[in-house]
Amino acid sequence: MQADIDFSHYLRDCGAGLVHLDLAVEGINCAGCMAKIERNLSSIPDVTSARVNLTDSRLALEWKAGTLDPALFVTRLAELGYKAHPFQRDAAEMREAQRSQGLLRRLGVAAFAAMNVMMLSIPVWSGIGSDMLPEQRDFFHWLSALIVLPAAAYSAQPFFASAWTALRSRGVNMDVPISIGIFLALAISVVETVNHAEHAYFDAAIMLIAFLLAGRYLDQNMRRRTRAFAGNLAALKAETATKFVSPTEIRTVPAAAIKPNDMVLLRPGERCAVDGNVIEGRSEVDQSLITGETLPVTATPGSAVFAGTLVRSGTLRVRVAAASGDTLLAELTRLLDQALQARSRYLRLAERASRLYAPVVHATAFLTMLGWLAYGATFHDSIVTAIAVLIITCPCALGLAIPAVQTVASGALFGSGVLLNAGDAIERIAEVDRVIFDKTGTLTLPELDVANLASIPTETVKLAGRLALSSRHPVAAAVARAAGASAPLPDIAEEPGQGVHGTWQGQSIRLGRPAFCNADDLANEILCQDPEASVVAFSHGETRFVFAVRQQMRPDAAEVIAALERRGIAVEIASGDREPAVRLAAGTLGIHEWRAEVSPVDKIARIEELARQGCKVLMVGDGLNDAPALAAAHASMSPVTATHVSQAVADAVFLGERLAPVLTAVRVSRKALRLMRQNLWLAVIYNVVAVPVAILGVVTPLIAAAAMSGSSVLVMLNALRARAKEAV
Amino acid sequence: MEVLVYLVPLALALGFVGLLAFLWSLRSGQYDDLDGAAWRAIADDEPANDHS
Repeated sequence: MQADIDFSHYLRDCGAGLVHLDLAVEGINCAGCMAKIERNLSSIPDVTSARVNLTDSRLALEWKAGTLDPALFVTRLAELGYKAHPFQRDAAEMREAQRSQGLLRRLGVAAFAAMNVMMLSIPVWSGIGSDMLPEQRDFFHWLSALIVLPAAAYSAQPFFASAWTALRSRGVNMDVPISIGIFLALAISVVETVNHAEHAYFDAAIMLIAFLLAGRYLDQNMRRRTRAFAGNLAALKAETATKFVSPTEIRTVPAAAIKPNDMVLLRPGERCAVDGNVIEGRSEVDQSLITGETLPVTATPGSAVFAGTLVRSGTLRVRVAAASGDTLLAELTRLLDQALQARSRYLRLAERASRLYAPVVHATAFLTMLGWLAYGATFHDSIVTAIAVLIITCPCALGLAIPAVQTVASGALFGSGVLLNAGDAIERIAEVDRVIFDKTGTLTLPELDVANLASIPTETVKLAGRLALSSRHPVAAAVARAAGASAPLPDIAEEPGQGVHGTWQGQSIRLGRPAFCNADDLANEILCQDPEASVVAFSHGETRFVFAVRQQMRPDAAEVIAALERRGIAVEIASGDREPAVRLAAGTLGIHEWRAEVSPVDKIARIEELARQGCKVLMVGDGLNDAPALAAAHASMSPVTATHVSQAVADAVFLGERLAPVLTAVRVSRKALRLMRQNLWLAVIYNVVAVPVAILGVVTPLIAAAAMSGSSVLVMLNALRARAKEAV
Repeated sequence: MEVLVYLVPLALALGFVGLLAFLWSLRSGQYDDLDGAAWRAIADDEPANDHS
């Protein structure tokens, strides 16, 4: 099926008659896979390079232009047992990767400078007071200046830039005291060196930069990795669309290659990958991913369809309004913008800490100077002591305290299937005391499943599954999936809008509408018990059965909700679906508070009402109708099957069929927030001990360097505790 | 102590060479796949065995 797709959109000409293709590959997890894939694909003639990236689960291929069909690689990989799909790095991912590289380069420069300066500083420290001549000491100080000044000017730029941005918008962030500290330390060191003084702080300044850059790099690298992984997931969804290349001719192309005003064809069983308007045709469509409503609606010429719509019965011809992920209903866009604005007002823990920190530190340094002046010290000595206070308090530990914990915690979350979208997601998820779940696709699984499998004999299920393989209707597909069928029955005909039929072992066999199989009474029985189910009947000779097909609850939904409530987190449901369906779900899961037929506006209103009462709400939802609420809530999560927009605005995306990642996210985040606070307190304690020493004016460069690295290492070690596992 | 005239520039030059080597390795993409690089060192001699 993959082989029919037109991959030309993804090919990149890389000169010298070669073309380049990037593939996201599922299932590369060891060195063996890597060797197997590379060996197999490089053995294809005309392939010049096949290289696996194990960190990102990707494969880069290059071959001579015009010789090979890209689909060949996908087929080859499928034969080897790997699912692969081409992808294109999106702009956001490229930016993260560039930032990550830039930080690593600056970190390298700062670290090499720090090493070389230490080589000069240690002789000075050990030589003071013994046999080192003042001329030699000055020479070493000048050499240090020569190394550190250019290195600092280059590698500290991210801090200077960020501090400047904050100051220009009349704010303060952590980078302001950092920049002031670095700048003053370097300035005083130069002045002291010129004056042949005993102490210079070049080593402390460059070490501080190196430590802080290490923190930044860790943070950035985790973000880059998450972004790359999200890119793979999007590629592996392998969204395709059937595009009209001429009024009568169609071709299957990747959804990314579709442009506005293209015409696409939607067939039964297909999920629409684009937003658009129906031009021709009539079909039942399942909009549950968009509205939360599980009952199908009818699409006719003029109706709008959105990415995520599942076509159930007929064929539709659709004009694309905008490429996938770009547009929404105007109303939703407006709500979304408002909600996102409100969220950007959230103050991160680091910002709150630096708002307190910067004035205190600067005031302390200033008072130290005044104090020494009043005590009768010279102006020069007073200033040197004040700057020593600034250097010793320079928030090395503070700058690492939060990113280090965030990196370790997001690594732990990554391992348990939660991808973080926002840098401050951990802090906000940790603070929640109420969770609002959407029902459709969030508490329930997005795929349809057979609910009454246990009451039907296995043999019948298997036979019905094989018969169902001949139909593209999603309800039939669910039966085939539940039966695990892989061998279709021979000579089966499809009766449009009714079902499929044929002959098996000399008897007529049918699958389809209850009336088509003469099983209306059985179907009505099931529908009375479970009005939300879709029914599909099966008959073979005189045997008749009816399958109830519906979205099943996630297997661990009840446990997770109980566990959340045990942790003191209130749980409620806000769904766009109709009342009986929501009541049933709430009853099964033991949730007392639920709302049905909630519009996107009402969802936001509910969240705002709770916010006014002081609740911190975690919204978990997947549909287009949840997107504004996801953006408005204090924190938000989406399953990976959610619409593009919901995934983009959610703070975190979780993988898999289980709901447990929601609980894990809350648990890990709470622990991480505790560790962040601990780390901030460690930094405070360090300052309480070190600052008096600095105020007394006895801080030598050796003490400054030791204190700085000591506190950084302590904070790092404490951050690593976020990794420790605990029972759910 | 005249030996410092040679030793200090030599040490600094070596440090500089190290930095250049790092920048070169960064530019040639050697930090793009740290997990894979760890395995490549030992994978070449192994037969291509199936893990999946």
